[in-house]
Amino acid sequence: MGILEIKDVGKRFGGLQALSNVNLSVHENSVHAIIGPNGAGKSTLLNCLVGKLIPDTGSVMFDGQSVLGRTPHEINQMGISRVFQTPEIFGDLTVFENMMIPCFAKRDGAFRMHAIESFTNETSLVEQAEQMLIDVNMIDKRNAHSASLSRGDKRRLEMAMCLVQQPRMLLLDEPTAGMARADTNNTIDLLKEIRDTRDITICIIEHDMHVVFSLAERITVLAQGTPLVEDTPDNIKGHPKVREAYLGEAA
Amino acid sequence: MDAVILQILNGLDKGSAYALIALGLTLIFGTLGVVNFAHGALFMIGAFCAVTLQKIFTLSFQVVDETQKDFLGNPLKVDMPYVEAWFGESFGGGLIEWSVPLAILFSIPVMLFVGYAMERGLIKHFYKRPHADQILVTFGLAIVLQEIIKANFGANPIQTPAPDMFRGSADIGMLLGFDANTIIYPYWRMIYFAFAAIVIGAVFAFLQFTTFGMVVRAGMADRETVGLLGINIDKRFTIMFGIAAAVAGMAGVMYAPINSPNYHMGMDFLVLSFVVVVVGGMGSLPGAVAAGFLLGILESFASNSTFKGYIVDFLYLNGTFTEKLIQGLDQIIIYLVAIIILLTRPRGLMGRKGVMED
Amino acid sequence: MLGLDKKDTALLLAVAALALFAPFILNIFPQNTALAFFNGGYPDLMQRFVIFGIFAIGFNILFGLTGYLSFGHAAFLGVGSYAAVWMFKLLNYNIVPALVLSVIVAGLFSVLIGWISLRRSGIYFSILTLAFAEMSFRLAYSVLTPLTNGETGLQVYSNDPQILMGENGVTSPHLFGLEMSARATLDLGPWEFTFPVGYYLCAILMLISLYLAIRIFRSPFGLMLRAVKSNQQRMRYTGLNPKPYTLAAFVISGMYAGLAGGLLACMDPLAGAERMQWTASGEVVIMTILGGAGTLLGPILGAGTIKYLENVFSKMNEALLHSWFSWLPDFIETPLIWVLSKFTGEGWHLTLGALFMVIIIFLPGGLVEGGQRIGRLITGRSRKASDTATKPAE
Repeated sequence: MGILEIKDVGKRFGGLQALSNVNLSVHENSVHAIIGPNGAGKSTLLNCLVGKLIPDTGSVMFDGQSVLGRTPHEINQMGISRVFQTPEIFGDLTVFENMMIPCFAKRDGAFRMHAIESFTNETSLVEQAEQMLIDVNMIDKRNAHSASLSRGDKRRLEMAMCLVQQPRMLLLDEPTAGMARADTNNTIDLLKEIRDTRDITICIIEHDMHVVFSLAERITVLAQGTPLVEDTPDNIKGHPKVREAYLGEAA
Repeated sequence: MDAVILQILNGLDKGSAYALIALGLTLIFGTLGVVNFAHGALFMIGAFCAVTLQKIFTLSFQVVDETQKDFLGNPLKVDMPYVEAWFGESFGGGLIEWSVPLAILFSIPVMLFVGYAMERGLIKHFYKRPHADQILVTFGLAIVLQEIIKANFGANPIQTPAPDMFRGSADIGMLLGFDANTIIYPYWRMIYFAFAAIVIGAVFAFLQFTTFGMVVRAGMADRETVGLLGINIDKRFTIMFGIAAAVAGMAGVMYAPINSPNYHMGMDFLVLSFVVVVVGGMGSLPGAVAAGFLLGILESFASNSTFKGYIVDFLYLNGTFTEKLIQGLDQIIIYLVAIIILLTRPRGLMGRKGVMED
Repeated sequence: MLGLDKKDTALLLAVAALALFAPFILNIFPQNTALAFFNGGYPDLMQRFVIFGIFAIGFNILFGLTGYLSFGHAAFLGVGSYAAVWMFKLLNYNIVPALVLSVIVAGLFSVLIGWISLRRSGIYFSILTLAFAEMSFRLAYSVLTPLTNGETGLQVYSNDPQILMGENGVTSPHLFGLEMSARATLDLGPWEFTFPVGYYLCAILMLISLYLAIRIFRSPFGLMLRAVKSNQQRMRYTGLNPKPYTLAAFVISGMYAGLAGGLLACMDPLAGAERMQWTASGEVVIMTILGGAGTLLGPILGAGTIKYLENVFSKMNEALLHSWFSWLPDFIETPLIWVLSKFTGEGWHLTLGALFMVIIIFLPGGLVEGGQRIGRLITGRSRKASDTATKPAE
């Protein structure tokens, strides 16, 4: 029984069957990658997991509870943190302030009025935030305006914001899309470190094979809205169906 | 039945004005992505084009320079003072009498120029700024324009009558087979409605059947792509802004005989026109027109005490506080409808998905 | 001090000092001199400075922090005024129940309007608030006359119940007997200074309002409001619900507006519908932006500047302009006065609109940003100077 159980999920947009019969199980504290060619339904599936879309059929259970019909912030409070394709951070705020927001969200829930005490007086949260900045090597940029960060640093900050919440599961949506090779490698290293040092399940949706094969323990290949195979990276590499899906008949 | 028709007719002229202003607002919003708080001021400037022309025609010799230079210094079609002395009593007097219809011709170049100057001189610099900034700067401009008019024409409404032959009313009831004197409708309001219908038809035809219109519609749907095709979309948008200004201006000119122009009429109409645009659906031209007429007619029904009487009787509310509320319904009906529509259909009647949604 | 850090304490103390000495500062020019025209130290004007300061501080909590641009805040101001006058009519002229009720009523009203308007964001939100304010204005002006006395405006009549009035009760607004209209005057040679009770009461409330605003700005709640402005998507995916935060900000700013409206009624026990018109809502927007939206000092600065300029410009007339420029040759003086007269007196709103446009176009951060730029210019120059000074040493 995995921490995330996707059963018979289907989603139709007008005449397009974007997802059909998706069955997927992600095991706790593993790295699970979902790959597939463009238009395979990866993003649709992701949106079903985070509350942006509600599938027409099937169920999505996280740790024994259904996520369907819940809003994104409720799903986050269940323990799923999401990293976006292009880093989504609070650009008007400093790095430190960016870090404080998830700390409050973790401690106080979706809404709580703390309108009197200064947020910098919350010593234990400040420590948490700063420790996380140290962990991701960004403490020197603590007071920088986050919009002025490099793209790699923004990605790092976004990950740190997710991690400081100590989520049960981290969802990554093509975290290296559009990145230069060096930045991609940095991200892979960061993710490896996260995988090896924390008790966390990582679910990664990715196009780039290099990233997937260096990280994942299990891989699901999605094609035309349906899982094609699910196996270990080594087995996936040579799998004829996968080659067919990716490279067409010619391969 | 006759009463219903009468109320519908009564709603048409205001509805026409709402529709014309809302049409321009939507054009500007759809093409340029700018929320123009100064659009009501354009309507008002149009009405004051009629006032200005009337003043010019009726000017006596001595004061001619004073007023000429304040209003844009545009080449005026008839720059003769003392028209009657020059053209004889019949033609000169005719000019004065027909100053409102003639002001249409006068207002088109003026409004095109005003629109052009506004877009090139101000709005252009705000495309990349946040929507809040666009709202605020056009709000400031609206204040400035309205105060300039106030400084030059005073704060009181100025009567600008329609030509004599349109001053009476038609007994439409007779035409439709009702008793005489049941449905009396002023000629000028009929003309206003016909005029609005023509202008709206022309704008739609223009957008539908010309290459220019096609590009603009494509630009409304997806600005970036059209820009990538190498079409100079900015220039076309400028022209579009001029056209929207001209539409608002002409609506103002023709409205002058219905309601004597004053400096704050633009603001009054603006708030309502925004509501119309939102009810119709931001970015939808047919929505703007439909909502304009719909709300105009609704307002007309709400202002009729007989209808309100029926409601009060029907609900047994005579003498209660609620009766008072219902009697005041005409004052607030548009806002109520807008709020209800926005709560039930957040995108308005004909709004598209993804317009102005963060 | 009071849980504020050094910088904020300094700011609060500076504003407090300004408020305390305003009767001196604003009447800096001796009476009977030409410059006395620029004095602003009358009770009525000083009260408006601080009351609109409160209004703008509150508005800034919504607009400055969350970025939601409301065009309907005058509705809360008006509701506050009506509530206060009703307390005068029903109880007595004591301002405490009046102010309490005006804040509560404005708060409830803003819960209702905010709850509906905040279902949409961006431009839709602005238009919805605009529609609500206009609807409130019309309700107050003609529909709800039993509550608002329509066009005439709500005021206290001798046959009102005033159940707590007693035999020889005070017949103007007072704080447990201390009348708002009371004042002390100090004549110092050619100078004349007035110290009105009403002004100092408003100033104290303004300082409390500012203090609370500072606490809100620095609090986790304030941080969340800034997050709302910055990136609502990230906020939702961080497990936070932006809507109650925004609504709370809306209601708090509505209560500030209600307090300001109540104070207006306390200074002059009368409430009219025109206070709710959307141009009045526009005015607080202008004040906040002119001063600097999102800054602590900005709204107060903006409110003060606008109200002061309004006073000075409205008072100017052609005769006065003439007396100032009579030393110029006629052919310059006449056109100059013609132009200036368009901007002064009745034309004050033209100046206001033009000023507002200039600020939006060239200085979107308002006066506070302007001050910072000038400051940077000065320090930047001095740094450059020291750079060139150290270079030869290398």
